[in-house]
Amino acid sequence: MHLLVCGGTGCRASASDSITESLKERLQEHNLQDEVQVVMTGCFGFCEKGPIVKVLPDNTFYTEVSPEDTREIVEEHLVKGRQVDRLLYQAPEGGRVKDSKHMDFYKKQIRIALRNCGFIDPESIDEYIARDGYFALGTALNEMEPRQVIDQIKESGLRGRGGGGFPAGLKWEFASKNEADQKYVVCNADEGDPGAFMDRSILEGDPHAVLEAMAICGYATGADKGLIYIRAEYPLAIKRLKIAIEQAREYGMLGESIFDSPFNFDIQLRYGAGAFVCGEETALIHSMEGERGEPTFKPPFPAESGYLGKPTNVNNVETYANVPVIINKGADWFSQIGTEKSTGTKVFALAGKVNNVGLIEVPMGTTLREVIFEIGGGIKGGKKFKAVQTGGPSGGCLTEEHLDTPIDFDNLLAVGSMMGSGGMIVLDEDDCMVSVAKFFLEFTVEESCGKCAPCRVGNKRMYELLERITQGKAEKKDLQRLNNMCHVIADTSLCGLGQTAPSPVLSTMKNFWNEYVAHVEDQRCPAGSCKDLMRYEIIPENCVGCTACARKCPVGAITGERKQVHEIDQDKCIKCGACLEACKFDAVTIK
Amino acid sequence: MGKIKSLEDLKKKKQDLQKKVDLRERADQAEAYVQIKVGMATSGIASGAKEIYDFLVENLDKRNVEAVVTQAGDMGYSFAEPTIEVTKPGEEPVVFGYVTKEKADEIIEKYIKRGELVDGILPQNYRTIDEE
Repeated sequence: MHLLVCGGTGCRASASDSITESLKERLQEHNLQDEVQVVMTGCFGFCEKGPIVKVLPDNTFYTEVSPEDTREIVEEHLVKGRQVDRLLYQAPEGGRVKDSKHMDFYKKQIRIALRNCGFIDPESIDEYIARDGYFALGTALNEMEPRQVIDQIKESGLRGRGGGGFPAGLKWEFASKNEADQKYVVCNADEGDPGAFMDRSILEGDPHAVLEAMAICGYATGADKGLIYIRAEYPLAIKRLKIAIEQAREYGMLGESIFDSPFNFDIQLRYGAGAFVCGEETALIHSMEGERGEPTFKPPFPAESGYLGKPTNVNNVETYANVPVIINKGADWFSQIGTEKSTGTKVFALAGKVNNVGLIEVPMGTTLREVIFEIGGGIKGGKKFKAVQTGGPSGGCLTEEHLDTPIDFDNLLAVGSMMGSGGMIVLDEDDCMVSVAKFFLEFTVEESCGKCAPCRVGNKRMYELLERITQGKAEKKDLQRLNNMCHVIADTSLCGLGQTAPSPVLSTMKNFWNEYVAHVEDQRCPAGSCKDLMRYEIIPENCVGCTACARKCPVGAITGERKQVHEIDQDKCIKCGACLEACKFDAVTIK
Repeated sequence: MGKIKSLEDLKKKKQDLQKKVDLRERADQAEAYVQIKVGMATSGIASGAKEIYDFLVENLDKRNVEAVVTQAGDMGYSFAEPTIEVTKPGEEPVVFGYVTKEKADEIIEKYIKRGELVDGILPQNYRTIDEE
């Protein structure tokens, strides 16, 4: 038997260390130490009800355990074999749950797009087939008309996972309706949001799923050529895709007369140089054609005139990864997961000041609170939650009041952010919201292709204004100017990059107006993170004149005689914080 | 490798492959065929998963443990890379995070050989579609 005690930060803070000790003592009292082993584990993610003790092999899940409870657990459960009812998880509705397999919490994550990620060897087509791989393609070719495939995707309600949320089935339908001698299927693997890496992980962990889905899409839309546009800075994903394409050709899953049907399909790779704007489908197509990666006006949509002027269907990696499952399990199965208008699941790259950073996949409609505090294990170091940034440079910051918003495409738009490709950056009390907006805008300025003026010039000017605010040099009317610019840029830019570039600024201004005002009126950064608004000072009463700070200062900004009070020359100070670390007498402070 | 010509072929292929996997799982010797998956996506490799992979292959061989070590994609536990999943015959898989060479050594000696769990287990907190 094993007793697993949670050793995550949250549970440790509620004395899981002493629970472990105490359990070991109790076991010794009953001479069970050789039969029952106590183990500290990583975070269970269920911090709200910590500390957690789980008993194996029966999966009994004890919540809110205190060191005083250990006697009862050992004497009742281990000696007499009776569960300690009062420590079992109390479900919000209904009674206590006897083991973790029956807890709703463990249904919070469900893996559809990531179903094989971390499960199979990505370089082996055999393992993919052992997990029902290529069955969807076989079924589609043998038993379904192209029309039926499209209908099934439409009924499933699958929406584009790259950010826009356009219904995938509808897109396929447009491409299939346009007659042409040649059509194309394109996979958009130009993942560019800072911090998002779900597409890369799918390609690295389960490349065959994407190949299979592209072939299915080819069959449905009448295309026999597939292209994957992937950034050259994803060498491992490229390597595994190449292996996968080779294997699929050998098995006859790509090539001519697939499954002995008249359907031919082959896939090639196209490398991008890593420009954010090339995630926009028209820019992506131009880049594949060898032109400059610049967007063009839609219509015509790629479904009418795409790659080389032929009808082209462009979907993102994660969207494709869902397709084989929908064919295998049916549209009904898929549409039951998630919410009415956003079906299925979404993969998020959880990052920032949260304990369990990583890749998670949750049904649509899961709340931000569940994602951050239960799956993510709460804020690092026990600090206070401030905001969560979703949607990358096109999205916005959501605050405490939005925590209970169910995540889906429409809800996020309604509260001023967006789904985007699924980056989720958690911010705590030490993060300055003006700096966050500035960070994302810096990214947009860098990535703007320069074709249209509002985006090229406007974002740059906006960035300069934000910089002045963080330096404490802005005036009140600059805030008004900033606000106006946001609206002009959003209204007049050509493509999604420019149209959504002001979102981080708009949403932080809306939700954290006071922080902007503090920077402008008081020249103060409430989070204490803007270097230019910070001053290191020496408290004369505490300073003993040990010279430790003066010796550490890299620019010689601290002067003072031995055993005399020291002083910092603010003009020389570069705010590196070395003096603060060096001082043993708490005589250096930040103002 | 022959081409797969029909859905029937694919079904047969799957059955064969599954038999292989099942055989592995039902091996009757207690120590036979432990399966170890090493999470080797970019984030895993960046934190040293490749070294752990090599270490496992080399040391399992040296210590006469019959095990199959495979590489897999991202398990999602980016905060705890490198991550490995160990499945002993007939038992539930166990995921270990923050695996160093010392930890890998401990996992071989304690968990694989003697069945004792070691600190650093990551509780699995998601469902797969197979459970539906």
